[in-house]
Amino acid sequence: MPFHTHSLPNGLEIVGETLPTSRSVGVGFYVRTGSRDETDAESGVSHFLEHMLFKGTPNRTALDVNLHFDRIGAKSNAYTEYESTVYYTAVLPEYLPDAVDILADILRPSLRQEDFETEKQVILEEIGMYADMPPFDASDKARRIYFGDHPLGNSILGSAESITALTRDQMQAYFDRRYAAGNILVATAGPIDWAAFVDLIGTKCGHWNAGHPGRTRLEAARPVIGSHAIHKDNVNQEHVMVMAPGPAVEDAERYAADVLATIVGDDTGSRFYWELTHTGTVETSGFGIDTNQANGTLGGYFSSDPEDAVENLRIVRRILGEVQAKGVTAEELAVAKSKIASRLVRRNERPMGRMGAVAAAWMNNREYDDIDTELGRYEAVTVRSIRQLLERFPIDRPTVVSYGPLASVE
Amino acid sequence: MANTVFSHTLPNGLVLLAEPMDYVRSAAVHVLIPAGCAHEPAANAGLASALSEMINRGAGERDSEQLMLALDSLGVDHNVGPGLLNLFLSGSTIAKNLPAALELFADIILRPRMPADELDAVQAQMLQDLQGLEDSPQEQVMLELQSRYYPPPLNKDRYGTEASIAGLTIEKMRFYHRRHFRPNGTILSVAGRIDWPRLKTQVERLFGDWPRGEETPLAIDGSHVPRSGHIAKDKQQTQITFAFPSVAVTHPSYFAARGAVGVLSSGMSSRLFTEVREKRGLCYSVYASHEGMKDRGTIVGYSGTRPERAQETLDVMLAEFARLRDGVQQDEIDRTKAGLKTSLIMQQESTSSRAGAIARDWYYLNRVRSFDEIQSEIDGLTPKKVVDYVEEFPFRDPTIVTLGPNALTIPN
Repeated sequence: MPFHTHSLPNGLEIVGETLPTSRSVGVGFYVRTGSRDETDAESGVSHFLEHMLFKGTPNRTALDVNLHFDRIGAKSNAYTEYESTVYYTAVLPEYLPDAVDILADILRPSLRQEDFETEKQVILEEIGMYADMPPFDASDKARRIYFGDHPLGNSILGSAESITALTRDQMQAYFDRRYAAGNILVATAGPIDWAAFVDLIGTKCGHWNAGHPGRTRLEAARPVIGSHAIHKDNVNQEHVMVMAPGPAVEDAERYAADVLATIVGDDTGSRFYWELTHTGTVETSGFGIDTNQANGTLGGYFSSDPEDAVENLRIVRRILGEVQAKGVTAEELAVAKSKIASRLVRRNERPMGRMGAVAAAWMNNREYDDIDTELGRYEAVTVRSIRQLLERFPIDRPTVVSYGPLASVE
Repeated sequence: MANTVFSHTLPNGLVLLAEPMDYVRSAAVHVLIPAGCAHEPAANAGLASALSEMINRGAGERDSEQLMLALDSLGVDHNVGPGLLNLFLSGSTIAKNLPAALELFADIILRPRMPADELDAVQAQMLQDLQGLEDSPQEQVMLELQSRYYPPPLNKDRYGTEASIAGLTIEKMRFYHRRHFRPNGTILSVAGRIDWPRLKTQVERLFGDWPRGEETPLAIDGSHVPRSGHIAKDKQQTQITFAFPSVAVTHPSYFAARGAVGVLSSGMSSRLFTEVREKRGLCYSVYASHEGMKDRGTIVGYSGTRPERAQETLDVMLAEFARLRDGVQQDEIDRTKAGLKTSLIMQQESTSSRAGAIARDWYYLNRVRSFDEIQSEIDGLTPKKVVDYVEEFPFRDPTIVTLGPNALTIPN
C-alpha cells in the first residue's frame, strides 16, 4: 500500500503517498480554515493572513523566506478557499528536508506591524485587479446573493473597506484560533521515505499548540431564490450565473453530480456547448459542481453580448428543464466518463496532482482512493443514479444572477 | 537524466518527433503548422482564428457533431489555436487512445469539411471574443504593446476587427488552408507511453501523401518605428507594459538573456518582486519575460496597480531594468539556475509539456536538445555572462504602453 497516515500527539495529521519513480516531490500544509470561518468584521482575513505567512518568522525575514525557497528551486505557492488555506511546494527530492523546514517555519509567522501595513497595500491591489476582471467579480457577488447570510457566501478577498479596517491584532486572534495543530493536515506525494518524513514533521511541528477549533454553521445553505441583476455600466459583456443546491463534499452522489455537470456544461460536446458556444451566441459557457462541507452547489455560467443575454438565459433554462424532465442518455454518460477518466489519469501523473487528491480525500472524508478506485467510483454512475440525483437536487429552478450593462435579463 | 527523442522526416518534409515516457499512462500530441496569423492578408485579419475554429467543425467522414463525439469518446482534451507564426493543434489522453486520436487529427488537418452553414456561428463566436477583450484589460494592454512594438506583420493578433470578421468567407478559409497547411514546415510531436515503430508507420500512412507546398516567407517591415502610448479606460487599476530588444532563441547569448530575466523575475526573491511588491507594496502582479522568435527576441515587463501608484510603479520597474548593468550577484544567478533546473525536471512529469517542448525545440533549432545539453547550458550561467549580455543588449528606449484612467510620464 503506497498510502500512509500518522498523527502527532498535538493533533497534527500527516498523510502521504509514495511514488517511487517520480522525479519531484510535493508537500503541502492544509489548514482547515477559509472565508466561511470569518466573522463580518474580519472579512478577507484568511486570504490576507495567507500573504502574511510569507512575510517572516522569528527565524526568517520576509526576504529570507523568499530567498530560501528560491535557493532550492522550489515551486511554491499558497491559496485560500472558502474552507481551506493551503501552502505548498514542489521540489527535487533531495531538497525535501529544506522545503519542510521553510514551510513549517512560515506556519508560525511573526505578523509584524510594518509588514502588515505594506502587505495590506498588496491585498488592496489584488482586490483592484479582480474588480477589473468581470468573471471573478461577478461570481463573488453572485455567491453573496445566493447564499444569503450563510458563510459560504463570504468573499475570499474581502472588500477594500474590510481590509482597510482590519488590524494586526484581529489577524493575530484569528491565527491563534484557527492555526492550531489539530486543524492542520500535512500531505506529501513523491519518492519519499515515509518514516523519515514523519520524523521530520514531528521535529518541526511537534511543539505547535494543540486544539480543534472546528467550524460553525455546518449546515446546507438555504439559497435565496429568484432572479437578481447587478448593474455595471463599465462592463462590456453580460455575465449570467445560475445556481441550485447539489451534493456536499461528503455526499456519495457527488460523483453522479460531476458526471451530470460534464454532460450539461463541459467545454466540448456538452449540451451548453452545442446550444450556446457552438452557435456563437456566447463568449464562454459552462456548468459545474462546487462542493463544500455540508453544502454543494450546481452552477452554470455564460458571458455574452448583452443583446443576446436574454435569449441565452432562455436557452439555459430550457436545457436545464429538459435534463430535469428526461435525464441524460446512455451515450452522453459514456462520453462523460471517458473524458473524466482521461483527465483524472493525466492530473494524477504529477506528484503535485496526487498530493492534492490525497489531501482532499483525507480532509473531507478521511478516505484514501488510489486512481483506479477513484475511476471506479465514476464508472459506477448510471443513467438511473443521475435520475435519482436530479430528483434530490432539481436543476430546473435555479437562482439567477446577472452582472453587466443590463438592468434585467428576464 | 537521459531522455530519448526519436525523429523522422517524411519525404514530403513533415517532421515527426516522439519521446517515450514509460512511467506514465497518458500520451500527448502537439502539431505546429506554418499558418499563424502573421500570414493573413491585411484585409482578412482573424482568418487564422476562423480557420482554427472551422477545422473542428467536421472533417473526413464525420460532420461537426460526429467529430466532436469521436474526440470526446476517446477522452482527448484538444485545442486548436492560431499563434503568431504557427497554427497549433494539441491533444492529450490515455495512451491507448492516442492512435485513434491521431486518425482524427489527420482528418482535421488534411480534410476539414468547412461547412458553409456554420460560417455565421464562427463569425458570431469571433465577435463575442472580440467584445470580451474589453473586459480583460491585462490581455488588452499586451495586445496593444505587441501591435506598437513589433514591425508588421509580427504585430498582428488573432482577433481581427468587426469589419474584417464580417468579410470572412468559406472561400477565403479554403484558400488559406490550401496555401498554408503544408507538410514541409509542419512538426508533429508525441510524448508519453508510446510504441515508436508503430507510431512512425501510422504517421507515414496518415500524412505520407500530403503534397508539399510552397514556402511563404513573411515580408517584415524594416522601416517600423515602435511607439509608446496610453489607452484611456475607466478601470480600478492602471496596466503597465513595456518591451525592448533581446536575442533570439538561436543566439549564443540566449541562456544569458534568460539569466538576466531570471534575476529580475524568477521566483519570489527576484528583483522586481522584491522591490516593487515586497518592499513597497505597489502591486499584486509584476514580472519580466523573454519572448523568443527565430530571428529576434524581446524582453517584456508588466505590472498592474492602482492609478495613484502607477507612476511610482513604472519608475521603480524601469530603474530595476536599468540597474542590471551595475552587475549581478552569484547568489542571484544560483537561484535562477535552481529554478530553471526544477522546471526542466518537472517538465518530464507532464506528457503535454514534453510534446510542446520538443516541437518548439525543433521549430527553433531544427533539432531537440537533450536534458543533459540544457542542464549544461544552465550550469554554465555565470554573473559575468549575464553582465556581458546586458552590455551587448542594454536596456534602452523601451516601448511603453499603459491602460487606465490617466497617462503616465514616460521618462526620456
